[in-house]
Amino acid sequence: MIYLFYLLVYGFLLTAALGLFASWVDRKVTARVQYRIGPPLLQPLIDIVKLMGKETLIPRGASRNTFLLSPVAGLSSVILASALLWVVGLRPGDGFLGDWIVAIYLLTIPSISIIVGGFASGNPLASLGSSREMKLVLAYELPFVLAALVPVIRAGLILRLGDIVVAQQIAGATATSLSGIIALIVAILCVQAKLALVPFDIPEAETEIIHGPLVDYSGSSLALYRLMKNMLLFTLPFFLVILYLGGIRLTGIHILWSVLKYLVLVAIITVIRNTNPRVRIDQALRFFWGPVTILSVIAVVLAVLGL
Amino acid sequence: MSMKLKALLKSPWVFHLSTGSCNNCDIEVLDCLTPRFDIERFGMLLAGSIKHADVLLVTGSCNRMSVERMKRMYEQVPRPCLVVAIGECALSRGMFIHSYNCPVPLDQIIPVDVYIPGCPPKPEAIIAGVVKLIEKVGSKT
Ligand code: SF4
Repeated sequence: MIYLFYLLVYGFLLTAALGLFASWVDRKVTARVQYRIGPPLLQPLIDIVKLMGKETLIPRGASRNTFLLSPVAGLSSVILASALLWVVGLRPGDGFLGDWIVAIYLLTIPSISIIVGGFASGNPLASLGSSREMKLVLAYELPFVLAALVPVIRAGLILRLGDIVVAQQIAGATATSLSGIIALIVAILCVQAKLALVPFDIPEAETEIIHGPLVDYSGSSLALYRLMKNMLLFTLPFFLVILYLGGIRLTGIHILWSVLKYLVLVAIITVIRNTNPRVRIDQALRFFWGPVTILSVIAVVLAVLGL
Repeated sequence: MSMKLKALLKSPWVFHLSTGSCNNCDIEVLDCLTPRFDIERFGMLLAGSIKHADVLLVTGSCNRMSVERMKRMYEQVPRPCLVVAIGECALSRGMFIHSYNCPVPLDQIIPVDVYIPGCPPKPEAIIAGVVKLIEKVGSKT
């Protein structure tokens, strides 16, 4: 029962509300950076409601079931991942051994659902976007896992998010050490690619392949994808807060700190997105497998040395 | 008014379809997205894919080549959708009225909800037109 409660209330409702808010923050900050006014607060919610009411078209030649089910798969994995993170964030003792691994693979499923959905739609532009997304996943997954390993090493090699949070509460946040800072930088870059935001919005590249994998989606399935992306905009920074910034605590002054940590991460992501041009897929691959992987290996080595 | 339509009017994503314009109208449409006019504050976004669109902004004189494509695009917009004709060309074929290549004006091919005259219309006029569209659809239901 308690798990169902976490899944529905924290995993879905709260995450969706915070995710929609985060995407409003993102759009508003983007607008302000460009000297515009920007959309009203409820705009992301209105977009979703509108898309729910629109017709859902299934292109001829698409494989119907895969096309309709992949957004559902993506959204449910985000819900599951955020429920897990909420449990860990609010009650560090309640995690289970290996939830670090579960969280990482649940956060990969959204990208895979986008890839599958894009291929299922049978549109050449969508296939192109999906194959780019696939390369991008291959590129960022390695440094991301290495960077996420740093807090595990510092917490004494326990693959439990709860213990990582507790260890940080005792010894100070991971990001206060040299290895932690490097790992955090790597992780922010990887999150940027996971969210498919500029400069790594190569799979969606609006100006060349008009939203890539999502080109043939309409109506409620597009709404699910948008909701999934908005929720990811909350879940991924939240994951980073747990791994590197000492998690969240909802008591007294700590509420303010928790919100502040999260907002700073979102602001960094938004600023990166607004001040960079899009790179090519081969450049992104070289970037992630070259400097970023080297940085994350250095971070792991430093963490093993105890720095 | 139904929830569906209410949400649609608060977040109309526009798709920009040129049926052989001189490109001037298209530039004016893009002007609406610039910081000076910023139509995103009304929730409007420029949709890249026709399947994401709610409002079709049609410019140009509907020549024989593009009419076929335009009809096909119109069939692909998920319903409910609205059509706005922008510029003299789309309204009445403008200076191409005697051309062998532009047999009929736009509103005899697909249903048009709002006409925005001008050659090209100013961005202010386009925004005013979209406001009229929202009022019209809002009062009709
Ligand atoms: S209405 Fe005027 S500006 Fe617009 S496409 Fe026609 S000729 Fe060009």
